[in-house]
Amino acid sequence: MSPSFRPAFAFTQEQIVVAITLALLVLFSVTLDSFLTAGNILALIQNVSILGILGVAMALAIIGRGIDLSIVANMAVSVAWVLQLSNNGVPIEIAIVMGLGLALAIGLVNGFLVAYVEIPAIFATLAMGTVAYGFVRSLLLEDNLIYLKGAADTWFKWIGSGQVVGIPNSVLLFGLVAVVAHVVLRITVPGRFIYAMGDNPTAARSTGIPIRPLIVLQYVTAAAIAFVAGVIAATSVDSVETRIVRSNLVYDVILVVVIGGVGLSGGKGSIRNVIVGTLLIGVLVNGMTIMNVAYTLQNIIKSLILLTAIVIDSLMNPRDEQTSQQGDI
Amino acid sequence: MRETLTRLRYRLVPDHVLGEILAKNWIDNAIPFVILLLTLSIFGALIPGLVTLGGLGGMSAQFGELLLVVLAMTIVMLGGGIDLSVGSVFALSNFVTLALFNMLGWPIPLAILAALACGAAVGLVNGFLVGYLRLRAFLTTLVTLIIVRAVVDMLILAYAVKVARPSTRSAIWDFISFDRVFGMPVSLIFALLLAFAGHIFLTRLRPGWYILAVGGSRRSAYNAGLPVRRTVAMTYVVSGMLAAAAGVFYASRLNAAGSDTGVGMEVLALTAAVVGGNSLGGGRGSVFKALLGTVIVLIVSNSLIRLSLPTGGSSLVLGLVLLAAVAIDVKWLKNRAKVLSRVYVSPTYMKLGRSPDTAEHSGSPYAVNDRLKNVELIGLGEIDGPEDPILDAQGNLYSGTRQGDIVRFLAPDYTRKEVFVHTGGHPLGMAFDRDGNLVTCVAGMGVYRIGPDRKAVKLSDQTNRSWFSVIDDSRMRLADDLDIAPDGRIFFSEATIRFDMSEWMVDALEARGNGRIICFDPRNGSTRTVISNLRFPNGICMARDGQSFFFAETWGCSISRYWFDGPKRGKREVVIPDLPGYPDNINRASDGGYWLALVGMRTPAFDMALRKPGFRKRMVERIAPDEWLFPNMNYGCVVKFDESGRITDCLWDRSGANHPMITSMREDRGWLYLGGVSNNRIGRYRIPGADPEWTAAASYRGEKP
Repeated sequence: MSPSFRPAFAFTQEQIVVAITLALLVLFSVTLDSFLTAGNILALIQNVSILGILGVAMALAIIGRGIDLSIVANMAVSVAWVLQLSNNGVPIEIAIVMGLGLALAIGLVNGFLVAYVEIPAIFATLAMGTVAYGFVRSLLLEDNLIYLKGAADTWFKWIGSGQVVGIPNSVLLFGLVAVVAHVVLRITVPGRFIYAMGDNPTAARSTGIPIRPLIVLQYVTAAAIAFVAGVIAATSVDSVETRIVRSNLVYDVILVVVIGGVGLSGGKGSIRNVIVGTLLIGVLVNGMTIMNVAYTLQNIIKSLILLTAIVIDSLMNPRDEQTSQQGDI
Repeated sequence: MRETLTRLRYRLVPDHVLGEILAKNWIDNAIPFVILLLTLSIFGALIPGLVTLGGLGGMSAQFGELLLVVLAMTIVMLGGGIDLSVGSVFALSNFVTLALFNMLGWPIPLAILAALACGAAVGLVNGFLVGYLRLRAFLTTLVTLIIVRAVVDMLILAYAVKVARPSTRSAIWDFISFDRVFGMPVSLIFALLLAFAGHIFLTRLRPGWYILAVGGSRRSAYNAGLPVRRTVAMTYVVSGMLAAAAGVFYASRLNAAGSDTGVGMEVLALTAAVVGGNSLGGGRGSVFKALLGTVIVLIVSNSLIRLSLPTGGSSLVLGLVLLAAVAIDVKWLKNRAKVLSRVYVSPTYMKLGRSPDTAEHSGSPYAVNDRLKNVELIGLGEIDGPEDPILDAQGNLYSGTRQGDIVRFLAPDYTRKEVFVHTGGHPLGMAFDRDGNLVTCVAGMGVYRIGPDRKAVKLSDQTNRSWFSVIDDSRMRLADDLDIAPDGRIFFSEATIRFDMSEWMVDALEARGNGRIICFDPRNGSTRTVISNLRFPNGICMARDGQSFFFAETWGCSISRYWFDGPKRGKREVVIPDLPGYPDNINRASDGGYWLALVGMRTPAFDMALRKPGFRKRMVERIAPDEWLFPNMNYGCVVKFDESGRITDCLWDRSGANHPMITSMREDRGWLYLGGVSNNRIGRYRIPGADPEWTAAASYRGEKP
């Protein structure tokens, strides 16, 4: 539906989500004693900033009509390797470069598999997540849980745990990543090309856009952003738990992206949608945690919300028998 | 010397077999089969005792369960979707069975039914969301995976201990749990039986075809009026039930519900389905592929456990296997047709004799003239592809067309035209039998008889399959020309068994004996191949002795005679060894001779190319079909020969304006009617001095020469 034909009283998905977020915020503030405290709000934003940064990476892939299910595995193993290296005496700067290199390499393989081998993104990245975890865990890491010991007293620790003028670094970095990603997507040539590619890959290809290198760039960038998220996560809790790979985190990331209004069929949405989605989930999860809702029940609630979001997405961007693509699952 | 080697090499090595094997449908199973052999040999070497009955038998209990789950995944994939919730449904069904039987004391059949119903219910939710609401299968079933898993986790948290304690005993339950039939666990027997039923369902029943059609192309299935949404939804329901059945067997085997039951099963099942060769995105796959994939994955995963790799090692290997399988699948699907088109055409060596001179005033019997320049034209622009015109007793003119009709031009002026009958394929050679029925070879369909009442009857569309042919040569691909023996037997030529009508000329590049002559006997309805390995056998005409016929081999540039009866029965003689062009149909002439159409002229370049198979192979592989060197097909020439093979007359259309590429001619009442398979007209030429009473029918009855 193009904006000009939308009735005046209708809301966009983004506006609805903002409204629900505000309503929840008010509801929780009134009903939950400990919700509206400075400490809790800070914790809330800090918790979701990781999710938000991963959401930016995922949004990048989805806008270009892809998906990256390997970002959680990628962030976990690459940062775990950084900690492992620094624990073994490698200077933290060099360890970071090596870890970033590992993350970018995984992204590069993702991009290669999707762009050149032409494996559907969903499978390529799913399998790559498993391969990356298996490879790093069995050959490079000594344990599932890697602690931040070697670089505990350096500036590295400050990345995730420090703050500037009272605002936690993780929040600032989320803002920074979001702003940079937004500017890149909106203003630069590759950013515009990613939108074009997500909107209609065949047309984009016909107009001369180098689709394949662009896809590779997309996954490499997503990997780099995931690495940033991983560094923040590791330095804020002083460790990396690689078994996070087996958790539902990556689906939470998809949830954040889709619920904010980024269309799964690509070419639609922006970073702003990710921020909106992140806030809703942050408020929701925080409230549920304070209410002592069991983890499994939280999963069910989040899943139902995600399901609702994709039903709405599918109703707003309908696919029918005439427009659906072969092999588009 | 070198040429002799070339000749021997192309005679001894059957190059064409590779392309024919690649064209087979079962070749899709070759890749998973090779992977299976590879896994067996690799892990068999790594783990002593793996490839023994004991080693493999230890997996058989899991095998049945995994097979059911893989079948669940496969049926959804065939319909163009994916079902990630199978692992959770497996766990749910396991819990439900145990809870109802152990905790609540339900009778076991009821408990099993309830578990299956739970699976079906989850499948119905998936099916409704994906089939009717058109959600994306991957994400939707991912969400149901998480929800169902969370529900199971909550239930297990509350009831895990109670569930595992049996309160009653049941003979059925014990049978399912412990008994072995033919040395196999009940679950495996059940899964194999179900796999067989699934195979029948998918390949022989209408709903199964619908699933494959929807998976193959949702849009086409929708436009063809298939119930796309219902079909898709049903695949998920079936999938849910299959996964639930696997869960029941798991419950009977382990009698415990843990939070890790069925975790990661969806990835295992997906890997198995894809490794077996079932396509992501649907439409291509089978139960057998699922079976192959299950065996492979089971061996790999069990071996990885036994090898006790470091943590993450088995993830690495399984992920790599999945990636490799999908990559092979994607690339194979994309490039199979390309590879096939490169490999399929396989030229052989052929050396033709010297081409007779055709120059004007050369004194050659083939000397060029222009006697066909001013022929009368019939049906100009109204018909397309009159390969072999024929006339009935009343003088009406019949001809096949490319559109699949036989049209009739009415005597005496042939200006009025009507569709005599619609056959559906391009009718080529024709002949009238004694009762006035029109018998015709229809390209791609076979031999048909059309009565005066315009009723078409299929006479024959398959012959005996030859033992060593890779291609199924029992079906007729390109029936070309026919003639009827005095006893009613129909002898007809099939030009090639390797190419269809649309690409018949490509057969010229091979110059192999791909064609054959087949006999249909109306007395007992049998069809037998009489002569095979002919180089594009084309025209057939009964000789006047009633015991033999002449036939033309187009790429062989020769006319032969074959005796099917009498003292010389079974003998074959070359009558004209080297023609200057490519012969097509042969028909009787009023002076006791036989008319022969030359569809094109030989050229020194192509004659030389025939002696260089390597050159033709490179040509086919490297350049576009439009640029290929084909035999010249642009001349119009009709010659007449007598029984000894001597050329007695020759008619040319020198400019090729009216009748390029004459494929047939018929003499009737002093006229010669000319047809061409790609012409848009029939020509009529007054034969000087011909008997104005002579017809082919009279000649067959022996009333005229």
